[in-house]
Amino acid sequence: MISMEESDAAAVLRARSGDSQAFRLLVEHHSRNIFRLAYRMTGNEQDAEDVVQETFFKAFRQLNGFEERSNFSTWLYRIGVNCALDLLRKRRRHDEFQEPLEPDHGRGVFEADPHESTPDRLVFSIEVKRQVTQALERLSPMERSAFVLRHFEGMSIEEVGQVLGLQTSAAKHSIFRAVRKMRVALEPLMSSLR
Amino acid sequence: MKHLNEDQLILHYYGEAPDPAAIESHLFSCADCRAGFEGLRRVLAAANALQVPERRESYGSEVWQRLRPRLSERRRWDWKPTFHVSRWAWASLITAMLVAAFFLGRFWPRAEIPVAKLPPGQVRERILLASVADHLESSQRVLMEVVNASGNGSVDISQQQASAEDLVAANRLYRQSAERAGEAGMEGVLEELERILLEIAHSSSQLTSGELNEIRRRIDTQGILFKVRVIGDRVRERQKAAARELARRNL
Repeated sequence: MISMEESDAAAVLRARSGDSQAFRLLVEHHSRNIFRLAYRMTGNEQDAEDVVQETFFKAFRQLNGFEERSNFSTWLYRIGVNCALDLLRKRRRHDEFQEPLEPDHGRGVFEADPHESTPDRLVFSIEVKRQVTQALERLSPMERSAFVLRHFEGMSIEEVGQVLGLQTSAAKHSIFRAVRKMRVALEPLMSSLR
Repeated sequence: MKHLNEDQLILHYYGEAPDPAAIESHLFSCADCRAGFEGLRRVLAAANALQVPERRESYGSEVWQRLRPRLSERRRWDWKPTFHVSRWAWASLITAMLVAAFFLGRFWPRAEIPVAKLPPGQVRERILLASVADHLESSQRVLMEVVNASGNGSVDISQQQASAEDLVAANRLYRQSAERAGEAGMEGVLEELERILLEIAHSSSQLTSGELNEIRRRIDTQGILFKVRVIGDRVRERQKAAARELARRNL
């Protein structure tokens, strides 16, 4: 049985020689993962869709620069993270000139979970999601990337460093800073549960 | 065993602590550390409340359908705006275009440009050359400060970190413009510079001598200071040439 890595490598070779169907296979294999990453990085569905498009567009442009001994998925994640960081930086600069959004009109994608049963739990669940979103938004772009890759994507710290182009120690410190900030932001709410 | 610090607890939570058995054993016997770890676990579990909207099975095909026209468009024009322009800070876009114009300007057939249009372009070119040169000088300064930093035990590089963080954003813009203009040499140096700046910006602000030596080693082995200096000198040369050309035309 051919592993995903092997089939990616074969598809990259074919795509480099101009086979658009091979690139299509790569897009189809990885779109959902890149969307998930992009959504967690940007916190916004439309931005995540833009990042997905931009990631594959750049991957197509840079396909000749991909080293065959590398892992295609790691390489693609690196492009995805860079696209999301570009967008976040531009958005941050843009937002400096904008009025702050009302919380409820903000990135309104973290809606109530219909499975939450009681009204109290429903309200609490919405509040947790709102505060997690705000806490993530307060992280620097690099802290957020490192946290998303380690916490949500389950990458090792070494892999996080590879994707972000950082030494392992720098990736580790970014994760430490991110977790500390998340803790400061969320601990009061979590303590209220006890 | 001493109390566990927060960094150790974080590594343990993610299964990356160097000696998990020792940590488990300490947590078993130390109520304070156990409470700290439980607090951390509660907070990180809450982060999982952030759910990602589901995508259909056919999502990959939908992405491909949207992407395909851009790929064939690129073959015809080799250029396409990224993201929706309406979402961009216009200032950034204009700056990027000006920087791209600066790099492309090197290859422009000057003799064919009407003389009346030259002065504004040359003024713009001089400004852009100056900003690229300033950026390279500032970057050199930060790298030199890190290379020469010293302290007892740990070294505070928080000021250099703040500078590096600012420089990364500008560097990214110049690098992307150099890439679009096909200036491979400039792009390569800016890419290496960006990695080092990122490394500095995202290290601990209090570096141990080992961590500082590691950054110094990377700066040295890549010869990045030398490369930035050479590129900076070339940009300054171009800046002077542009100034001379402008003075000549104004005579």
